[in-house]
Amino acid sequence: MDPAPPVAEASGIVKRFDSTVALDDARIRVGQGQTHALVGRNGAGKSTLVAILTGLLTPDRGTVLFDGEPAPRPADRDAWRRRVACVYQKSTVIPELTVAENLFLNRLDRGRLGLVDWGRVRRDARDLLEKWSVEVDVRLPAKDLSIEQRQFVEIARALSFGARFVILDEPTAQLDAAAISRLFHRVEDLQRQGVTFLFISHHLQEVYDICDTVTVFRDARHVLTAPVAGLPRAELVAAMTGEAAAERRTVRHPPGPERATALRVDTLTADGSYAGVSLEIGAGEIVGLAGAAGSGRNEVAETVVGLRAADSGTVQIAGRRPRPGSVPAALAAGAGFVPRDRHQQGFVPQLSVADNSTLSVPHRIRSRGFLSARRRDSLTRSMITHLAIKTPGPELPVAGLSGGNQQKVVLARALADDPKLLVLINPTAGVDVRSKEFLLDKVEETAAAGTAVLLASDELDDLRVCDRVLVMLRGRVVATMAGGWDDHELVAAMEGVDLDA
Amino acid sequence: MPERVATGAADDAGGAGTGVDARAPGTSGGAHGGGKDGGPEAPAPPEFPAGRAERRIAFARLRDLALIPPIIVIAIVGQMVNSVFLRADNLVNVLQTMSEIAVLVLAQTMVLIVRKMDLSLESTCGLAPGIAAWLVVPVGAGHGLGLLPGGWAVPVTLAVGLLIGAVNALFIVNFGLNGFIVTLGMLIVLRGILTGISGGQTFFHLPESMLYLGTAQWFGMPASVWVCLVLFAVGIVVLGFTGFGRSLYAIGGNVDAARAAGIRTERVLWTVMVTAGGLAALSGLMLSGRLASVASAQGEGYIFTVFAAAVIGGISLSGGKGSVFGAFTGILLLFLIQNVLTLGGVPAQWIGALNGAIILIALALSRVTGGKAQD
Repeated sequence: MDPAPPVAEASGIVKRFDSTVALDDARIRVGQGQTHALVGRNGAGKSTLVAILTGLLTPDRGTVLFDGEPAPRPADRDAWRRRVACVYQKSTVIPELTVAENLFLNRLDRGRLGLVDWGRVRRDARDLLEKWSVEVDVRLPAKDLSIEQRQFVEIARALSFGARFVILDEPTAQLDAAAISRLFHRVEDLQRQGVTFLFISHHLQEVYDICDTVTVFRDARHVLTAPVAGLPRAELVAAMTGEAAAERRTVRHPPGPERATALRVDTLTADGSYAGVSLEIGAGEIVGLAGAAGSGRNEVAETVVGLRAADSGTVQIAGRRPRPGSVPAALAAGAGFVPRDRHQQGFVPQLSVADNSTLSVPHRIRSRGFLSARRRDSLTRSMITHLAIKTPGPELPVAGLSGGNQQKVVLARALADDPKLLVLINPTAGVDVRSKEFLLDKVEETAAAGTAVLLASDELDDLRVCDRVLVMLRGRVVATMAGGWDDHELVAAMEGVDLDA
Repeated sequence: MPERVATGAADDAGGAGTGVDARAPGTSGGAHGGGKDGGPEAPAPPEFPAGRAERRIAFARLRDLALIPPIIVIAIVGQMVNSVFLRADNLVNVLQTMSEIAVLVLAQTMVLIVRKMDLSLESTCGLAPGIAAWLVVPVGAGHGLGLLPGGWAVPVTLAVGLLIGAVNALFIVNFGLNGFIVTLGMLIVLRGILTGISGGQTFFHLPESMLYLGTAQWFGMPASVWVCLVLFAVGIVVLGFTGFGRSLYAIGGNVDAARAAGIRTERVLWTVMVTAGGLAALSGLMLSGRLASVASAQGEGYIFTVFAAAVIGGISLSGGKGSVFGAFTGILLLFLIQNVLTLGGVPAQWIGALNGAIILIALALSRVTGGKAQD
């Protein structure tokens, strides 16, 4: 292929974390001057590969070559920095320091007496940014930069170490359209100057816009590497999605049209998260809110339950309009909530199953003004039975349960007050297959009993229980899929590509 | 942050570089830039409003000088209250009174900038000269052991300070314990040791060497004032103009980024904690010299003033922010106000209450003028 050896080549990479296999015989080959895309759904192993390519993780097996030569020792950070640089989604600048100082951190120019020569540091910083045409005042504190400017500065810093291979880890996730177009322009400029990019993105359209080669990972394995130009969109989506999963469940019978409206969301807008979202859910209906990470789906769901407040628009739960931004008000109006990350927001690990599952319903377990342990335990026991929570008793701290059972406790709390509306975010993230089936069955059962369900997720298995699915992309609802949708269509909509193009 | 997160559950106390997912993508439209298959459109020139940037830079520089106007106001008020205020001997007196505590402020400033805390400084300030006095003061005069000749007093004092700093560093850096709790424990232990060795009494009959810094005059000013000013000058140069000093800010601002940039973070943290202990011992030496004694309660309660001065002076409790000069103006402002109150005839019993009120007002003012919550 290329006469020059590939800028970076990884082959036969195996990486395990405990029992999970993050990469299984994975490989990638990034040629000189390419803009190479690495795509894959969540858990495909992209982040692990990036960590291995930047020397932050050592593979259990396999080799990494840069320009045909073996990768440096893991401890030799300087050598790694001369070969490869990565601009992460998470900022690696120091917010209080100026741009100039960030660029030359730990290698500031010394003048006489060994003291830092700020004039020269600023001049060098200006020269460096000018060389790569980044228009940022080097005297600004880094915290005052926009995300876009911050990325440009980080790219320039990476190049100043001598690396000509730059990994961009989902660089567009937090940018608006104009900024993305400027970023792409910059990437093309740098490519002409001999910089090679590995571009990781959730938005396939971007891959078609700026990349020339694409590599697809799925389930920790390499699936496909092909030139972008000749690759039909449908084939790319199919490579990411895999075989259409077997039809798991029988198609639900959507409730009749005479049902009452349980949730009405009207032109909900929050600056920077989502815009103009409207939806309506009837009693007994399950509606999915699909979208990639950063599409705004979680934010919309969190706004419905009062975890966030929107800038404009209204949320109406069972005919009432709870005070925006107030979780108690939303719960009082009849909402139950399974938050996005159970460890962070779902439960208090040291508290018992009983305390956790009754956390939001003190009025149900009160007796003459005081909380009654007897009532609490009897309510909890009924929930333990109902949700088949595997615990020796209500007293066990939730930290001692398995992931699936922890999630059941979170669901138990959401259901504790017989909600009219159940809002779930990523309800099956990090639980085993059996618990997953069980949780989704319970969601269906709850809906059958007349509760409306809003389910925000990007897991196809979760979305399969939905009567219809709204797809969000960059903060807007871009598609509505009725029941019986096709996996490929849904994934394509979530990733922002048009299958017919 | 684009919107309000009502519970703050996702809020990371760290702040620096975290909480990425709270910022969601832009909303300015479905598809971006270019057509489906063509390249992106020719980009609009990025808007970097030069004027605003200039102003922000100017403001950032002025933040260091934020306390200069209040100090001038206090000077004018002080002069109106009592014409003694601006007389050289009064000002030197203020400087001398604050010199010991100012050295503690300098130590705390470094520790705060690397995003740690050291409460034990005030105990070190008492214990370090206390140990020296215990070993040096002859038997018969109080609780002295008389084990060492007088010349050992100063080296012992400083060594005890450095040792305490090293113990703090061991707990905080190597064992990864919370600095607040570790140094709170140290505060109590060290105070207890001083009470134990002194039997709760005061050491008198200190050797000449211990009295020197507190009593000598250099070029017409007390030596302790010189020591304090020189230490702050060194602090300004080191933190502002050396790689080591800048690494303090990097560590406090984003320790992962600092490590990624090749800074030996643990070594820097050790150096800072040990230096802080040494400075606290020096401060104790100056205080003992001025008072010609080491009371078992020497330094007690200082730490509150130290924190107040640092925070008023613009040092952030969450690290990576503030300057040595700012910290100096913080402690100077507090002592000038105290002096004005004394000259104005405010009863000494009320000065404590007024001091607390002044700290709160100063914080509220910095919130209003800085436009950002003090953290």
